[in-house]
Amino acid sequence: MSVTSEFSQDEQQLTIAITGRFDFASHQDFRNAYENRTNVRNYVVDLKGTNYLDSSALGMLLLLRDHAGGEHSRIQLVNCSADVDQILKISNFSKLFNVG
Amino acid sequence: MQPLTESLCILIADDNTTDRYLLSTIISRQGHRVLCASNGAEAVELFESGRPQLVLMDAVMPVMDGFEAARRIKKMAGESLVPIIFLTSLTEGEALARCLDAGGDDFIAKPYNQVVLTAKINAMNRLRMLQETVLQQRDLISRHHEYLLNEQRVAKEVFDQVAHSGCLDAPNIRYLQSPYALFNGDLLLATYTPAGHMHLLLGDFTGHGLPAAVGAMPLAEVFYGMTAKGFGLAETLREMNAKLKRILPVDMFCCATLLCINFQQRHVEVWNGGLPDGYLLHTQSGERTPLVSRHLPLGVLDVNAFDDKTEVYPIATGDRIFLLSDGVIDTSDSEDHLFGTQRLHEVFDANRQPRLLIHEIQQALTAFGGQARDDVSMVEITTVDQATLGPQTVTYSDSGASSPLDWSATFEFRASTLRRFNPLPYLLQLLLEVHGLRSQSGALYSVLSELYSNALEHGVLGLDSKLKRDAAGFARYYRERGERLVELEEGFIRVHLRVVPAERGGRLTLQVEDSGAGFDADTILALPPVGNELYGRGLGLVRQLTEQASWSRDGRTASVEFSWEGMA
Repeated sequence: MSVTSEFSQDEQQLTIAITGRFDFASHQDFRNAYENRTNVRNYVVDLKGTNYLDSSALGMLLLLRDHAGGEHSRIQLVNCSADVDQILKISNFSKLFNVG
Repeated sequence: MQPLTESLCILIADDNTTDRYLLSTIISRQGHRVLCASNGAEAVELFESGRPQLVLMDAVMPVMDGFEAARRIKKMAGESLVPIIFLTSLTEGEALARCLDAGGDDFIAKPYNQVVLTAKINAMNRLRMLQETVLQQRDLISRHHEYLLNEQRVAKEVFDQVAHSGCLDAPNIRYLQSPYALFNGDLLLATYTPAGHMHLLLGDFTGHGLPAAVGAMPLAEVFYGMTAKGFGLAETLREMNAKLKRILPVDMFCCATLLCINFQQRHVEVWNGGLPDGYLLHTQSGERTPLVSRHLPLGVLDVNAFDDKTEVYPIATGDRIFLLSDGVIDTSDSEDHLFGTQRLHEVFDANRQPRLLIHEIQQALTAFGGQARDDVSMVEITTVDQATLGPQTVTYSDSGASSPLDWSATFEFRASTLRRFNPLPYLLQLLLEVHGLRSQSGALYSVLSELYSNALEHGVLGLDSKLKRDAAGFARYYRERGERLVELEEGFIRVHLRVVPAERGGRLTLQVEDSGAGFDADTILALPPVGNELYGRGLGLVRQLTEQASWSRDGRTASVEFSWEGMA
């Protein structure tokens, strides 16, 4: 499991990429990836490298959403595998995040 | 680390007086306390009485040799490490190996080199202290573990008082849950509504352990409290969501499925937020209707954004409703493949005896994953005739001494109220202040809700119950009900209540009037009673449960009576 983050050229978009299982073990790394970063307008969570996320990972996404302004947050979940898509579908997180 | 000059109690066993004297002098000078033995037997005795921390042992001695003494001392020392250093003039490998085999930790050759001796004593003491620390930590961990288990046991007992106050033991419910499911965040609750419907909740909190268990208590309280008061799924869901949203941290929520099973009218109302598909298993056709998650879990959305929309499906006697937690489909094998829904369907297909279904799924999980996960929850409810479920009692906390016996009241609920508000729990609470009505609360609530939904659906919303003649129409009926309700701009339902005392008891007259087009009461009531059709049971039920049931000629007002004898 690893979490890496990268700014866009204009520093307004932060991409957080997760590799391996996305579960409670990633908690601190995931938070570190977005906390203390200012002026971020969009967030992208890249799930290409993972095909498992558990309910605490969903909780972490909610924390990020809260951090990014709740209803006004702009967060995109990209490169979801079929399994990840299934989990997001069951939990109806597509109502809170842009999945694509 | 402790200083190397720590003072120890050291036992020296040597039959040679000169050697013994020499050694004891060296060691005393280093600040240690010395016990001296002249053979193995003495050494064992001294060890028992003086409990030295380290032993210097000659190998060859009279009475009992060093090997035997070492074995006995090691046995007496038990788990704590008492290092034994053999003093030996033996040089061949085999003899030295015997020293270690007998339990010795090291050896030193005669004549002694003081520097080496000191270094060896210090090294052995470090080992001894390491072992002591390990033992202390092990005991500490095991004590904490015991506390934790005990706390969990107590917490579970308290929780069980709340959770098991319901009807999980009803004859038509089968379920599988780990005994400590609470600490996996799994929650299963069931209870009867005042009308005799069954409310059931299967929930799964994020995370494990105490944090996952914490949310369960308020959820259970809301579930039981509101169901007992006659609130429907929508109100109960809204309250549960609001409560969890308020008390849980942002990253915690509860995936849940709620059911309301109406055995009289044979339909089930479903809300699924975040749990895997449940299934409605139709016995006759063998078909499976998935009960799909259409909502976010409880505790995620704000009060205003929360969606309490439910779906309603017809059920026949013998049909079963099956719910499961994600532990079932997320069980993985040694290569991280998930059990998945496909394999679940295979078990459904292979199932011949309904009562073995849960067992068969469990077996399939074990066969697949090699070991059963402890957070697998499954529940299955069979549709039965209500009469077979036995009495469904409600407990009241007051004495009933202040029972009001001579009064009347009229309520008018207008469009904007009808859209969002369910007045039935409040009306029922009011009526149950009349002590004489309490023994009939089930029938009273059934009749009240029947008349109210007739007035709302057929009267105010103008829906035709004949739509419900097949499963597709059934779904359309409830979809249209929802749509028309949202758009409702005008109309009303009036409820007239009149309670009058009689000679030894009293009588309630209950009238429900609506603003709809009405119906030809004579024609409808003359129809033969319906059997197993999906619609038209309402009026029959009302007539069955009340002494006097009549409709005004225009079909806009229904009137029923309940009476009671004096209380003992």
